[in-house]
Amino acid sequence: MDLKIRKQKQPHTETPAKSRGSDFIRRLKQQKLLQLMALSGMVWLLIFHYIPMYGIIISFKEFNIVRSIAQAPWVGLEHFRAFFEDDSLPYVIKNTLGMSLLKLIIGFPLPILFALFLNELRSIRFKKAVQTISYLPHFLSWVILGGILTTWLADVGIINKLLLAIGAINEPISYLAEPGYFWAIVISSDIWKELGWSAIIYLAAITSVSPELYEAATIDGAGRFQKMFYITLPMIKGTITILFILAVSGILNSNFDQIFVLKNQLNEISSNVIDTYVYQVGISQSRYSYATAVGLVKSVIAFMLLLGANSITKRMNNTSLF
Amino acid sequence: MRLHHRSTGLFDWANIIVMLIICFLTIYPIWYVLINSFNEGTDAMRGGIYWYPRVFSLENYMAVFANDGLMKAFGITVAKTVLGTSLHVFFTAMVAYAVSRKEVIGRKVYLLIGTITLFFSGGLIPQYLLIRDLGLLDTFWVYIFPAMFSFFDLIIFMTFFREIPYGLEEAAKIDGANDFSIFVRVIIPVSMPVVATIALFHGVYQWNDYFSGVIYINDPSLQPIQTYLYRIVALSGSNQIASAVPSVVTKTVTSQSIKLATMVVATLPIVFVYPFLQKYFVKGFMIGSLKE
Repeated sequence: MDLKIRKQKQPHTETPAKSRGSDFIRRLKQQKLLQLMALSGMVWLLIFHYIPMYGIIISFKEFNIVRSIAQAPWVGLEHFRAFFEDDSLPYVIKNTLGMSLLKLIIGFPLPILFALFLNELRSIRFKKAVQTISYLPHFLSWVILGGILTTWLADVGIINKLLLAIGAINEPISYLAEPGYFWAIVISSDIWKELGWSAIIYLAAITSVSPELYEAATIDGAGRFQKMFYITLPMIKGTITILFILAVSGILNSNFDQIFVLKNQLNEISSNVIDTYVYQVGISQSRYSYATAVGLVKSVIAFMLLLGANSITKRMNNTSLF
Repeated sequence: MRLHHRSTGLFDWANIIVMLIICFLTIYPIWYVLINSFNEGTDAMRGGIYWYPRVFSLENYMAVFANDGLMKAFGITVAKTVLGTSLHVFFTAMVAYAVSRKEVIGRKVYLLIGTITLFFSGGLIPQYLLIRDLGLLDTFWVYIFPAMFSFFDLIIFMTFFREIPYGLEEAAKIDGANDFSIFVRVIIPVSMPVVATIALFHGVYQWNDYFSGVIYINDPSLQPIQTYLYRIVALSGSNQIASAVPSVVTKTVTSQSIKLATMVVATLPIVFVYPFLQKYFVKGFMIGSLKE
């Protein structure tokens, strides 16, 4: 992200100190419309971002509906202790980390491979067509995909029919009711939905690689795979690194929309992740303080992961987010 | 050059076949829903419809369109998408324009205030409590105001605005236009690619978002179509769907066939605008993400 600002000249610093104050007011008056436009955005941020940030203090208090946040009594780290002693903690953590790590190991390299091989297609029209088709699922909502999955994975669904027909199973399986299949369903449906979309950024990076490099390599007798692995891949290393840092820092962020649709009481033991747990105890059971404490633990660890991944990649190959 | 004359080799054929398989796997689940939604519901229960409808029927769709609750939900979705997207684009672009002007006093502070929100947030519960305290629970505005602005989108707008030659603004200024009308009459018209990109992204978000309707809305007449579908899909409430089917057409319609037809209705607008907007989002995606 580029937040660098164009260098600004500050001619007023050279004016005598006496007139500086009135100069400032004059400038402010001149740009009062611009200031109003900017401040309206700041007011929105204050309400919708900074007030909830202040609201985090309820995780150190005993908050309930009848009292305001300021009136609620302090309880220190009570809620954090309760979370670490909670019976759900082990499987909630296991599901969160398990699914995220698998997504990272399987789901992260696939779009890179897809982009590399897509780039090798000779026909531009075919390449465009494949791209267009592969982006499409990204625009479907998880509810729609949930509808497809519940249809396909049902007892009488197409997956059971197919597996019965080839003799891989003897009787139909209710995949979404069996905890054992949940992770696989989540990972594969995520890949189905995002493979093409995630490849866009790599394709763009590949396009910006200088053709001269490939020409030189061709003259030196390099083959297709050699060019792929010794030119293309190293040239897009920076992009890969940035996206990897973001992926690592997001490891505690499960895809809430996805899991919330697919999870049910029968697969709870392998589907409940930190985010859905926060919803469950916070909204369904109205334990606001406790749920906020759980959310805070998650955000703190996620931020440390971001810093960690950033400093490691910085040291390893001099690429970093900040 | 040798490269250009080389014939299509084994690798190329293998690559083409793999790509065709990926395309098939991507399209087929969508196709499956489509053909089954156009098949008679009772006949579809026998299964075996894989490539085209066996007993073609429009009754599933007639049942969907005859259902008042569902049509109301569809209307809510259209309203929140149109209004929410227009406001989001206009408001975010307006703030972005103001902080992109280098003479604005305090712009570094404004940008810092925004950047912090990219990394820290209050989380689900404090957000919920805020919405409750603002009195937005069970109102239509809960779809609009909390999604009216995004600092991430502001960065994309700002990146684009910086490339606009200052001469355009200067000419308008000489004509006596103020900063707000410069933004509306000069900046917006020359920024259509980025406006279209953000509108597409936010429009898709508004159209597909079901969770706001789950967490903030109890009144069924205010739920958008995605929330309506969520309840059908996640709660696998066959009773709920059965009661949603008007009695006139129940002979051949099943809860499953209704579900599929509803899914198609809820997706069609997106699939329809998608090819037209594709050129914009690829371009806009680059503006936003390749700036690292």
